Amino acid sequence: MTDVIIKLEGITRDYMMGAEQVRALRGVDLEIRRNEYVAIMGPSGSGKSTIMNMLGCLDTPSAGRYWLNGHEVSRMKDDDLARIRNREIGFVFQTFNLLPRASALANVELPLVYAGISGRDRRRRAETALHRVGLGERMHHKPNELSGGQRQRVAIARALVNEPSILLADEPTGNLDSTTSEEIMRVFGALHAQGQTVVLVTHEPEIATHAHRVVVLRDGRVDSDRATPPRATGVAA
Amino acid sequence: MPFFEAVILALSSIRAQKLKSFFSLVGVLIGVTFLIAVVSIVQGMNVYMTDKFADAMGGINTFQLQSRPGMTFGNVTEAMWKEWQRRPRITIEDAAYVEARVTTPARFSRESGTSAGVGYHGKMATGIDVFTVDAEFFRIKNWNIADGRAFSPQEVTAGASVVVLGGELADRLFDGAEPVGKTVTIGGLPHRVIGVVEKQGTLFGISLDKFAVTPITSPARLLTNRPHVIDDLQVQAIDPATMPAAVEEVTTLMRVRRGLKPNETANFNIATAQDALDQWGKISRILFLALPGLVGISLVVGGIVIMNIMLMSVVERTREIGIRKALGARGRDIMAQFVVESATLSFTGAAIGIATGLLLAFAVRALTPLPAAVAPWSIGLAVGLGILVGVVAGVYPARQASRLDPIAALGHE
Repeated sequence: MTDVIIKLEGITRDYMMGAEQVRALRGVDLEIRRNEYVAIMGPSGSGKSTIMNMLGCLDTPSAGRYWLNGHEVSRMKDDDLARIRNREIGFVFQTFNLLPRASALANVELPLVYAGISGRDRRRRAETALHRVGLGERMHHKPNELSGGQRQRVAIARALVNEPSILLADEPTGNLDSTTSEEIMRVFGALHAQGQTVVLVTHEPEIATHAHRVVVLRDGRVDSDRATPPRATGVAA
Repeated sequence: MPFFEAVILALSSIRAQKLKSFFSLVGVLIGVTFLIAVVSIVQGMNVYMTDKFADAMGGINTFQLQSRPGMTFGNVTEAMWKEWQRRPRITIEDAAYVEARVTTPARFSRESGTSAGVGYHGKMATGIDVFTVDAEFFRIKNWNIADGRAFSPQEVTAGASVVVLGGELADRLFDGAEPVGKTVTIGGLPHRVIGVVEKQGTLFGISLDKFAVTPITSPARLLTNRPHVIDDLQVQAIDPATMPAAVEEVTTLMRVRRGLKPNETANFNIATAQDALDQWGKISRILFLALPGLVGISLVVGGIVIMNIMLMSVVERTREIGIRKALGARGRDIMAQFVVESATLSFTGAAIGIATGLLLAFAVRALTPLPAAVAPWSIGLAVGLGILVGVVAGVYPARQASRLDPIAALGHE
């Protein structure tokens, strides 16, 4: 397990906020290997969101280089970035970000639509992904007919359906109560156990303890990077 | 994303906001309704004019020698009208002169008519067209006799008091009883019914079957014009190809007979069915000139409305766009989604417009004498214009959508 799936090298990101230049990232070096379970933490303003957008190929660095699964994405144009997001990254958001009018199944099919996979194959893969997160029975429900935990499971199924290199979760339990949070974290644990690389961005230490490695950012730099002991209660499907 | 799926997606967005979608496509709907209704009515008129109207005038190989135009569509000035009033009338002698000299094979019938009451056993039909004519009149008009017979040249020579009735007049006076052999009064003068003409139907809602035809020598002749004066001489070229030659001959003969110098304008008129058709052609050309303006304005307005709705829709769905982009939609996928949605919206408007336009055209046909016929090209054009308006109106909003920054879009509430 030495193959590197994410490699950041001297990443900086500056942007203008009004007349003021904000230096959100000031030189980040980071390597994440296949099947790691990493939590990225840090207080607000530490550059946590910026690095999340960077890792998710929604943003490109001002300077530095970023390789994702062998592709150098730091110099890519919009269309190529869209393709990388589609093939290599599975997003899970705090607010679920499901399309409200589409059924759970249709939401999960969405990345496959943009991958150009058609008809029956797409449906079969979306159904498999929903079964994996334990929502096989509710795939025809609309998001507003599902509980918060169920919605997040749909979002996880959508993130998984293209078999991405990394599962990138941004505060995935931020809108959930503690019982449901545990449930969702067990899903992540199970996926990691099946070989999925998981990157979790969170400010909650309790959530971060589920990961096996915690990277703390402060003022746009990596402040600490250490392995955490596996939790006793952890992995269960 | 495949085109078919984009359309399905577009339809589901349109369905999700039915009322807003409906208002947004009203402009296109009205434009297309106009287009279909006007084209259908004009097209119907075209068919009508060439088939029925020309037929009613005696077919395209028939013309009338008359003193002044009997039917005008265009502008008639006071001076023209006065000049017409001063013209000498056509006489029996004029007719005889022309008939004797025309070499083109043709049928002739003098015609002198009026409007009179026709009565039978206390029943009276008023405002009936009474034609006093020659025997050839029936062949010129191509009328079939439904019952009895037409009168013969001998009866014309003899001045027989006989009459052939139009189908509707016969129905009105006899109510199903046998008319042939009965005696009716025309303006008080008794005439024996010898036949009934097959029904012709209506022209612009006016019955073509309320008439009575008698020999030009019958007593009814006294009701029409002064002795010797007739309304016109009907001439039918037997071979339609010789019609222009016949017109030429009659014109020349009349000019000679009236002693007109070469530079003098004719003081008589030759009326052909073609003249009336040409008049109609002018009117329909004007309608077709005005049509693109009307339709164009509606479609431009419709396009602007759709563009606005789409711009609003892009703002409302910013988050959706962000989600799609995060999941791998490229700018052009988003662009295509919105253009297809706009085109689908506009096409829906055009489709409803086609339906309402046809409905309107058929309502006009059912409720007014104006005919209507569907022109397939107008439906094709409406569909094409509908899609075009949608695509054009959709491009700008779609471009805005495709350029949204996914991070900002995802953060949008």
